[in-house]
Amino acid sequence: MEAFGLLVHGFAVLMTWKTLALMMVGLVLGVFVGVLPGLGGPNGVAILLPLTFTMDPTSAIVMLSCIYWGALFGGAITSILFNIPGEAWSVATTFDGYPMAQQGKAAEALTAAFTSSFIGSLFAVLLITFLAPGIASFALRFGPPEFFAVYLLTFCSFVGLGREAKHKTIISMALGLLLAGVGMDTVSGQLRMTFGLSELLRGINFLVAVIGLFGISEILLTMEERLALRGHAARISLRVLLNVWKDLPRYWVTLLRSSIIGAWLGITPGGAIAASFMGYNLAKRFSKDPESFGKGRIEGVFAPETAAHASGTAALLPMLALGIPGSGTAAILLGGLMVWGLNPGPLLFVEHKDFVWGLIASMYLGNIVGLVIVLTTVPIFAAILRVPFAAIAPMIVVSCAIGAYAIQNAMFDIWLMLLFGVVGYVFKKIGIPLAPFTLALVLGSRAEDAFRLSMIGSGGDLRVFWSNALVGSITTLAIVLLFWPVIAKAVGRVGQLVQPAKRTS
Amino acid sequence: MSSTEPEIAVDDPTAPSEDSPAVTSTRTVETIVYALLIALALLLAFDNWRTGMGWEAEGPQAGYFPFYLSVVLGVASLYGLLGIFLSRAASSETFVTRDQLRRVMQVFVPTFLFCLFTQWLGLYVASFILIAGFMWMVGRIALWKSLLTSFVFSLAMFITFEIAFDVIMPKGPLEALFGF
Repeated sequence: MEAFGLLVHGFAVLMTWKTLALMMVGLVLGVFVGVLPGLGGPNGVAILLPLTFTMDPTSAIVMLSCIYWGALFGGAITSILFNIPGEAWSVATTFDGYPMAQQGKAAEALTAAFTSSFIGSLFAVLLITFLAPGIASFALRFGPPEFFAVYLLTFCSFVGLGREAKHKTIISMALGLLLAGVGMDTVSGQLRMTFGLSELLRGINFLVAVIGLFGISEILLTMEERLALRGHAARISLRVLLNVWKDLPRYWVTLLRSSIIGAWLGITPGGAIAASFMGYNLAKRFSKDPESFGKGRIEGVFAPETAAHASGTAALLPMLALGIPGSGTAAILLGGLMVWGLNPGPLLFVEHKDFVWGLIASMYLGNIVGLVIVLTTVPIFAAILRVPFAAIAPMIVVSCAIGAYAIQNAMFDIWLMLLFGVVGYVFKKIGIPLAPFTLALVLGSRAEDAFRLSMIGSGGDLRVFWSNALVGSITTLAIVLLFWPVIAKAVGRVGQLVQPAKRTS
Repeated sequence: MSSTEPEIAVDDPTAPSEDSPAVTSTRTVETIVYALLIALALLLAFDNWRTGMGWEAEGPQAGYFPFYLSVVLGVASLYGLLGIFLSRAASSETFVTRDQLRRVMQVFVPTFLFCLFTQWLGLYVASFILIAGFMWMVGRIALWKSLLTSFVFSLAMFITFEIAFDVIMPKGPLEALFGF
């Protein structure tokens, strides 16, 4: 068990007062961010990233990932008490969580949500602990063609498996890849797409774009809605806690099913949102009493929360092992790695053992501490919502501006952030997804480098992407996934011809 | 099953009303966005063509990758545009109502001014003006509360970033007065 020994080492790295204090700060800020409307996991992490610029990478990633866990926990609070999902992935939690609160069982629902979040995360962290090192050491053998094939696979699976209209996903991705190319070309040193503007020489910073796209645009969107809210207060007593935990073993099938769904969708770019709905729907379908879902059934809280957390955590697996983020927030953490001077990818496991295992250890510890924090401080966080949005909105704007400026000390970036805010607002309203854009922007230059290095290696022969079994199968899989909807339809049609009696829905 | 009353209630007196008239439809905005994206794709494609989008002895030129991406972007946007013209149904979906637009502008305009002020007055003074002004004028919160909250927040930000974490922000005449 090499992983176990390294994990113990990771805990040793973590056990300093400074790191533990940063962890607590991160978790509290994260829950805060998760509870507030108009802020979420990705924006919270992006806005608070500048705080970590002067830290060492391990402290920085521990604090940022704790913000992420905190945001995952926090989303459930508003869903259950106010019927307002603080995050898109907690929409499914409102289905049964809010009815429970209406019936005076808010404490039970919250305990269920936090506990199942914890279980989902734990499942995914165990997966990371034992799978990531293996995948990383396998990926060490990758050359540029293999890496390009993996990037291609990521992009294609977004297009093929995403729920949005295909052309919108493609637009979002192409735009992200194009903007990643602005500025100095890393291979030839030539300037591209700068149109003589000196501000564009540095390129368009990924984090500036993210802060605008998620932070500013979210404020604009939130203002559009009616901001009045009515909800329930709740305190979690020890008795309720023990009662819920006593019943937990009865729901092991639901918990396990949701964990697996979540972990799978987290690693592939399905995301926590899809995972939470899928977890809920499957729990309902397999239930003996599906009618009772949506009326305050505790299983309806367990299922989506477990899946959302498993997915949110598992999204870090491909980021650590391959340098490919599985979610928007993971993409921002990846952007952070680059700011701290680390090169994401499989070499991380070899060159920065302290960093990687410190991060993995912090996932265990962060989730345990997070669980304790949210269980004990729910009333405080629920009360935050009493603060009028008119006070919170400008503060978020200021935080966004600080974050955008701090990255490169450029006033131009504040204007760029504002522009991205407007773009994000319009894109969200007309249904152009932002996650592919984020992913493309962060991976763009590395994908291009990998492509060009492969081309240089092969002398311009595209067959290099089928030159051996490994790269060939990844490339082929990427193309299959790109055309997956077409293929699935064709297979379905063949299936119908073979079995004409089967009814189609 | 007893139903309990909500214990926490926050009102929103300036909420956009449900029956506010639409300003534009989603269809119109989508058309504009696709048209802009096509223009952008053409511009970038031209720029990359100028940079060089072919092959050199040792591999693709600098403009190769982005050139083909601009083509992809252009084609996908064109597809979206044609899709709108071909489907006549479902055209009346509202993009934004007048009330909603008013609220969005209530945030956007102050944010824009804030960015402008940051350039001249420094970030901390600009943020004080933004928060106090927004709370008082848009949120209709008592003036003293607005000023106090805003002062405390700006000062806290200053201490956190400027002093504790050494993150340098744009500063103006006021900070210079105190020797920062």
